[in-house]
Amino acid sequence: MTELALQQYLDFAYIVAVVLFILSLKLLSSPVSARWGILAGEIGAALAVIATLFNPELVQYKWIIISLVIGAGVGVPLGMVHMTAVPQRTALSHAFGAMSAAIIGISEYYVGTRQVTRFEMGEISLEVIIGSLTFTGSLIAAGKLQEVLPQRPIVYRGQNIVSLSILAGALGLAVALVVNPANTILFPIMVLVALIFGVMLVTPIGGADMPTVISLLNSYAGFSAALLGFVLNSKVLVVAGALDGSSGFILSVIMCKAMNRSFTNVMFGAFGQVQASAAGVKEERVVRSATPEEAAAILAAANKVVVVPGYGMAVAQAQHKVRELYDQLTKKGVDVRFAIHPVAGRMPGHMNVLLAEADIPYDRLVEMDEINGDFPQTDVALIIGANDVTNPAARTDQSSPIFGMPILDVDKAHTVMVIKRSMNPGFAGIDNPLYYLDQTLMLFGDAKQFVGSIVKELGGH
Amino acid sequence: MPPDFISNLYVFILAGFVGFEVIKRVSPLLHTPLMSLTNALDAIVVVAAIIIAGRHETRLTTILGAIAVAASFSNMVGGFLITDRMLRMFKSRGSKQS
Repeated sequence: MTELALQQYLDFAYIVAVVLFILSLKLLSSPVSARWGILAGEIGAALAVIATLFNPELVQYKWIIISLVIGAGVGVPLGMVHMTAVPQRTALSHAFGAMSAAIIGISEYYVGTRQVTRFEMGEISLEVIIGSLTFTGSLIAAGKLQEVLPQRPIVYRGQNIVSLSILAGALGLAVALVVNPANTILFPIMVLVALIFGVMLVTPIGGADMPTVISLLNSYAGFSAALLGFVLNSKVLVVAGALDGSSGFILSVIMCKAMNRSFTNVMFGAFGQVQASAAGVKEERVVRSATPEEAAAILAAANKVVVVPGYGMAVAQAQHKVRELYDQLTKKGVDVRFAIHPVAGRMPGHMNVLLAEADIPYDRLVEMDEINGDFPQTDVALIIGANDVTNPAARTDQSSPIFGMPILDVDKAHTVMVIKRSMNPGFAGIDNPLYYLDQTLMLFGDAKQFVGSIVKELGGH
Repeated sequence: MPPDFISNLYVFILAGFVGFEVIKRVSPLLHTPLMSLTNALDAIVVVAAIIIAGRHETRLTTILGAIAVAASFSNMVGGFLITDRMLRMFKSRGSKQS
């Protein structure tokens, strides 16, 4: 076979891979077809990798084989992590993806220094900057999610100016390289500056904003791969990168809308800082609390119960106890559903995965827009580890930092029960008027233990 | 502007639109698996990394290529694996009883 004919076979394999990738995402539209989607994606990826191994440019296989084995060795444990660790795993995989894209761009620069045109230099610089900042940004996000780094925003005066100057510095170096691609000393400096910017970009962002940040980093990782496709003139990379980039972008838009905030506000707003001062001035108000026995009696007497899970449920690992509660109540003929706010948890869809892991059927998991109309007919809204997404101040109090954010209208339910460790305001430090309503009962305790006690009570009758 | 750039731009824009239309239809229920699946698909940069590592032009590029192969292939393997595990967990009430 001539080299040209072989190249055409390889291109054809890539086209088939691209078709399978698009099919793969299309099949993800419903949980029923989704597993076929994975199969399509896997076949496409395998086809592309195997075809590449026949590329006539390859002269040495030793390092390819070794690094493929290492990659599989790292990938399998990362694919087997516990479901509660999925957000940090995802951030880590954004970091890996962006790192590979940046590294390939860097090696492309060092391979082609002599004949690189200004236009190519511009492409490479942009690609390497985005890849590098996504790499360090994702590492910081993963560190925050794993709680190796503090989840609270780390902010200081003049931070935005410093961060933006660093970004401007990276872009300035890129321009200098485009003007004179032979100025090789600037290239590693540009990479370093972009890496620093990634750190600066994510450190000021708090844990509650992680769903948006993770989606944005997803989008950056995708677009850096697409740009790499431009650099290498590889259409399979352009398509896969564009798909990943637009997916991350759509998710970021959904997350921002669900918080009624703009991208700039999330990236440069340093959310947690503003309320720290406001939280200081609040008068003592009366709350009513209840014991597990009382809570169990109210739940058993209800017809319709809506459970609102939040990050606190994930932290307390309460999802399996929640499943037992669901089973007990369903057995008693109570209609139990779960209200899922788009930004509940630390990444898009986080709650759905945790509840599905606990074997709760997915048709019981209801989106915010679909369930909000049902709260007036709901007997009990049981809130487990969620706070801001249930705060009625978002609808009424113009001075509240979360005013305008779409929330779950739990305050319209006949009885509201909130499982919470104490009255301390949550991570964002915003007081929740929901807790002082007449129909609200506070259930103080650890989510897992408290739900466990309710389950025990229900089982005893 | 090189002609390759124009054709790549066409592909990029069309793929972006296809992505937008397809992903818009993904159920919010599956947003976490969506992210891990697109991550696995994005790991296709491994094909570029393989070429860099296997062309063996300089010692530096071979090392960089090998690192990129390992990082992106781990994403590919791990991404498909965890997406599959997650999707296995999504059961409707009907299938739970069977």
